[in-house]
Amino acid sequence: MGTNVGLAPMVDSTISVITNDGRVIVGILRGYDQATNLILDECHERVYSSKTGVEQVVLGGLHIVRGDNIAVVGEVDDEIDQGLNLSATRAAPLSPVQH
Amino acid sequence: MLFYSYFKTLVGKQVTVELKNDLAITGTLHSVDQYLNIKLNNVHVVNEQKYPHMMSVRNCFIRGSVVRYVQLPPGSVDVELLHDATRREARG
Repeated sequence: MGTNVGLAPMVDSTISVITNDGRVIVGILRGYDQATNLILDECHERVYSSKTGVEQVVLGGLHIVRGDNIAVVGEVDDEIDQGLNLSATRAAPLSPVQH
Repeated sequence: MLFYSYFKTLVGKQVTVELKNDLAITGTLHSVDQYLNIKLNNVHVVNEQKYPHMMSVRNCFIRGSVVRYVQLPPGSVDVELLHDATRREARG
């Protein structure tokens, strides 16, 4: 008990990754390893701004995100996500991680 | 290994994890691993007005390397026990 911390249950579902530089990347998790390196499919970045709504930048293709650069991996609840009004969401971008 | 074992005893409890990017996430501790990566269920972000970036996230994985603090439920720390255990560990 308590040891199953892996990302296995998230494979093939939509996840939202917060990187150490404060970016938010949404994509489908295709694979991962023990260093939290991730393989992401169909990614886009959500760029937050306090002046305009959230801008979605399509990154497309398959990306590998290096584990060192990852802060949080969140499982996206599609139902809630579709209900969000991103164009009306105003927020400053997240601060970068400072070790 | 000591704190790994200790965090395992907290599984199921409500904790707040403060990250090194000042984000604070509250949720039920689901699991922890050897790197002190933490998985939380039913999360919400403290100060959601300022940080709406995780609004559609209910369950999340937090990389151990970005954790600044873990706020524990009061009464869940047996200070004496942890004290003794850390001393024993330090002695080797």
